[in-house]
Amino acid sequence: MNQREVIIIGSGPAGLSAAGILLRAGAHVAMFERSPLIGGQLIKQTHKFFGSQKQYAKTRGYDIAKKLYRDIEAYQDHFELHLEATVVAIYPDRVISVYRQGVYQKYQAQAIIIATGASERLLSFPNNDLPGIYGAGAVQTLMNLYGVLPGKNAVMVGSGNIGLIVSYQMMQAGVNVKAVLEAAPNIGGYKVHASKLRRLGVPIMTQTTVKRAIGMTAIEAIETIRLDEKWQPIEDTETTIPIDTLCISVGLTPMHQLLSMAGAEMRYISELGGCVPHMSSAHETSIRNIFACGDVTGIEEASSAIVEGQFIGLIVSERLGYALEGYHLLKHECTTELGILRCGPFGEKIRLGQQKLKGGSSCSND
Amino acid sequence: MNKEPNIICRCEDVTVEQVRELLQKGYTHFEDLKRQLRVGMGPCQGQNCQEMIRREIATFLGVSIEDVPTHTVRPLIIGVPLEAIKAAKKR
Repeated sequence: MNQREVIIIGSGPAGLSAAGILLRAGAHVAMFERSPLIGGQLIKQTHKFFGSQKQYAKTRGYDIAKKLYRDIEAYQDHFELHLEATVVAIYPDRVISVYRQGVYQKYQAQAIIIATGASERLLSFPNNDLPGIYGAGAVQTLMNLYGVLPGKNAVMVGSGNIGLIVSYQMMQAGVNVKAVLEAAPNIGGYKVHASKLRRLGVPIMTQTTVKRAIGMTAIEAIETIRLDEKWQPIEDTETTIPIDTLCISVGLTPMHQLLSMAGAEMRYISELGGCVPHMSSAHETSIRNIFACGDVTGIEEASSAIVEGQFIGLIVSERLGYALEGYHLLKHECTTELGILRCGPFGEKIRLGQQKLKGGSSCSND
Repeated sequence: MNKEPNIICRCEDVTVEQVRELLQKGYTHFEDLKRQLRVGMGPCQGQNCQEMIRREIATFLGVSIEDVPTHTVRPLIIGVPLEAIKAAKKR
């Protein structure tokens, strides 16, 4: 068995930030990343971030990934990076097994940080298996990472920030976004993103959803339908929109599998996006020395994931005897910043979810 | 298969109708549906279908989705050739 000091699973904003602190404190870190690129979802985020300077406001997502990685690069003798390496199993004695390019290997660590992020939610409707139906994240990957257009005429389902940003990016790339559909009575994302789309003439249709997709070998059109206050479809309100691309952006759900598999106590919290681990105030799961941070603990913005990662980096470094100078102050700063990030109206869901997590329903794994 | 399939589990090509039919028969736990339909047993191991299937169960039972237990997550998360595991054992 390969022994390591700290293992971090996932190289997104949470994992990278945790690694940065741990390395600065003097710990040895092994990081495992499923994809060939480091940075998680940041690598396809070409838009500039909002918020405070401290969380890289006005910086583009992929540049944030570069900056976070630069903080780590200096510690090459303490840091081990495994790309295209999928952690396929985890056990409560802090053993993981990894599958990487045909090789299966086991590692054991003194502490494990699970920062696996989230996956996209899907929708069920007739013909939802036709080619040309994408998740918004897939469209972002195609366009921003590989420079491939998803199609010519598109409709976006979902007006959260991802739906709005990806719609705008499609317009910038030359895709005609015919409409953004939103089942709720109000637009989900920030007004500034919605206004940018409206200025380009893209209608945002609230209380409207996709009824079915139409097409033989690929999507050719969709039928939309209006919803009433109780989210029930209103008859005879169908409209057909010819398109070749349907983009689905109806939220994210935590990639909880490793946590569930390890046997950590899990809860299902709607406000946090799905199954999340029950954690101590130190973000330790119910299994000693297994920690979690970022979207896997509840869906939020990358800025929160960065601060959470730093916080856990501090906790784990102290646990292993590498307390950084000014440890308590740094920890306090992280807590304060998370509080600020979650204080506005958009943080309400997170605040509610975290409260529920303390006493919510169990999402058993037996 | 239906002319306009409404797929709820993309890995195993399971439709919403198939799930609803089994719910009617009393298979109202994810684990029951998994054994009958293989939902959650494909490459994504339930990460994609889990939410939608639990929503179906919740609607059918008239409960909140928060009260619907999820499926058991077992190793391994993705397919690993037995050969690779055998080679690891030898090392």
